[in-house]
Amino acid sequence: MANLRIDKLNKSYGDAHVLSDVNLAIGDGEFLVLVGPSGCGKSTLLRMIAGLDGATSGDIYIADRLVNALAPAERGIAMVFQSYALYPHMNVRKNMTFGLKFTGVPPAERERRVTEAARMLRLDELLDRYPRDLSGGQRQRVAIGRAIVREPAVFLFDEPLSNLDAALRVSTRVEIAKLHRLLKATIVYVTHDQVEAMTLADRIVVMNRGRIEQVGKPLDLYYGPANLFVAGFIGSPAMNFFEAKVESIEGAVARASGAAIDSLDLPATSLAVGDKIIVGVRPEHLSRASAGPFAVSGVVELVERLGESSFAHVRRADDKLLVAEVRGRETPEVGETTTFHAPLRDIHVFDASGSRVGAPMHDQA
Amino acid sequence: MPLELRARAAAVHLVLIAYSALAVGPILLVAMNSFKARNAIFGSPLAPPNASTFSLIGYQKVFRASHILTYFSNSMIVTLVSMALVLLFGAMAAWALTEYRFRGSTPLALFLSIGIMVPIRLGSVAILSMMRNAGLNDTLTALILVYVAQGLPMSIFILSEFIQQIPKDLRDAARCDGVPETRIFFEVIAPLLRPAIATVAVFTIVPIWNDLWFPLILTSSDSTHTITLGVQQFLGQYITDWNSVLAALSMAILPVVAIYVIFSRQLIAGLTSGAVK
Repeated sequence: MANLRIDKLNKSYGDAHVLSDVNLAIGDGEFLVLVGPSGCGKSTLLRMIAGLDGATSGDIYIADRLVNALAPAERGIAMVFQSYALYPHMNVRKNMTFGLKFTGVPPAERERRVTEAARMLRLDELLDRYPRDLSGGQRQRVAIGRAIVREPAVFLFDEPLSNLDAALRVSTRVEIAKLHRLLKATIVYVTHDQVEAMTLADRIVVMNRGRIEQVGKPLDLYYGPANLFVAGFIGSPAMNFFEAKVESIEGAVARASGAAIDSLDLPATSLAVGDKIIVGVRPEHLSRASAGPFAVSGVVELVERLGESSFAHVRRADDKLLVAEVRGRETPEVGETTTFHAPLRDIHVFDASGSRVGAPMHDQA
Repeated sequence: MPLELRARAAAVHLVLIAYSALAVGPILLVAMNSFKARNAIFGSPLAPPNASTFSLIGYQKVFRASHILTYFSNSMIVTLVSMALVLLFGAMAAWALTEYRFRGSTPLALFLSIGIMVPIRLGSVAILSMMRNAGLNDTLTALILVYVAQGLPMSIFILSEFIQQIPKDLRDAARCDGVPETRIFFEVIAPLLRPAIATVAVFTIVPIWNDLWFPLILTSSDSTHTITLGVQQFLGQYITDWNSVLAALSMAILPVVAIYVIFSRQLIAGLTSGAVK
C-alpha cells in the first residue's frame, strides 16, 4: 500500500481545460472518493493516475515515486472499470491470472492469490465460469478480484456500482467498505453518487469543471461546505438557498433580510452593511415545530412521502421552491401555508461569489 | 399472424426462393451432369443421372489425363496462405489504424481505402513486369503477393469497423494488468474479432479461389497452375471435353463450400457477450 500525491496536474484538449491545477495528497490506506457531476473531470483524473491518459502538465507520485512516464502496469495500480471490462473469452480464473503472467508472478503464487481473492469475494464456485454466465454483481466481484490479485499499491475504482440495480448497489457498497478495511488498501474511487461518496469515503474530493471545490471528511463537507457548489451537491435533496442582504451591523451581530425570509441575526464576521449574501439551509434541518431565528413561509405544493420522512415542496415568497423534510405522520396538506424554522447552527452563509462566510456554525454550537 | 403480415412474409420468401433457385440452379446442373455420359449431357441436360446415363468417365479422365491434384494443391496453397496473410496483416493494420494515432495514420488509412475502389487488375501489366523483374514469374509466391494486396484493403476496412465496436475498457484493463501491446492484440482483441475474421475470410477466399486472370498471366507451367486455370485445358477451340470440364468444376466447388461451412459457424457466433455490463 502506498500514498499518492498529485502536483499541479493539468489536462487540456486544445482550448478545453479538463483539469486545472489539481493538487491532492492521499495518505497510505486512505479511501478517497472523487465526486462531482458528469464532465467534472473526475474520471479523467482517475485515468491519469492509472496512466491511461497523459497529463498536459503536472506530476503524479505513487509511493513517493514520480510515475509520469511509467506505463499503467509499472505504476502499481489496479483499476476496476464501470463496465467491468472482463475478458469475455476467458473464464473467471483466467481473467484474474491473465495479467499476472506478464508481470513475472510464478504460477504457484498466481494460484495462491486467486484462491485467496476468490475466498474473499465468494467467487470459489465461479472460477471456471465465463463472464457471460455471471450476473452483474458477480461480474463486478470478478473485476474487483482481478484488481486484488495484482496486489497493487493503489486501487482505482471508476464508478464500479453504477451498472448494478439499487439493492445490489447497497450490498456491494458494503462489501467494498469491508474490503477496504480488510486490505487496508489505498483506494481512489470515482462516483457521481454522493450517497456512495458519503458512505465509503475517508475523505471526499468534490470536483466541478476540472477544479477541486473542496476536500474533506464526509461530515465536514456536509456540515461545513466551503462554497455554494459543494453545499448544493452534497446532501439530498439539495440545500435550499435564499438571497439576502445585510441591513445593519451592531457589534458582532449582522442583521440580514431577504425576499423569502424573515430578518435574521447572523454572526457579523467579515460581513459589511449592504453585502449581498446567500443563506443556505438543508431540507432536513427545517422544522415546523421549533422556533428558530431562521424562518421561511410558503404554500405547500406537493408532498413526497417516503415513510419515515416526507418532503414538502413549498412555494416561497420569492416564487422559488423550497424543499423541507417533515418527519412522522403529520405531513402538511397541499395548499396549506406553513412556516419552517431552523436553528442558527444549521444556517450556512455564502457571499455573492459563492464562498462560505465565517466558520461552520454547527461546530460552534 | 394477421393476414397482411403473412402475405408479406410469403412474398419475401417467394423472392428469396426464386433467388436461391437462380443461384443454385447452374451449380446443381454442373454437378448433376458431371455424373452423366457425354450423350446424356447433351440429350437431356436437365435430367438427373439414372442407371443408364450414370457415368464417372469425366472424373476418370480428369484424374488420368491431367495434373488435377497439383492444380488443387496449388489452389489450396495460394488461397489459404493468402487468406492467412490477409487476415493477419489486415487485423494488425486495422488495430494499428484505429488504436494508435501516429504521424501519417490518416493518409495511410485513406491510401488503403483507395485499394477498395481501384480494381487490382488495372495494374496487371505493372504487376507482371514487377514479378518478372523480381524473378517471381511462374511461382505461387507471385500469386500470393497479388492476392494479399487485393484482399487487404477490404479486410482492413471491415476489421476496423469491428474493432471500433470492442469496448475500449477491455484494452485499458489489459494495459492496467500489464499485458504487453502485442499480447493485447493477439490475446484480447483478436479472439473477439473471430466473427469478423470469419466474414473477412469468406470475402477473401472466394474471389481468390475463383480467379482465372492472375494465374493466366503470372503462371505458365503445369506445376504452378491453379484449378480454375487447369480446367481450361479441357476447353478447346474445336472440341470441349464436357465430361472433364464438369467433373473438374464440380470438384473445384467443394473446398469453397467446406470453408464456408466452417466459417459460417463463426459468422453467427456471439461477439462480446458478457464483456461489459
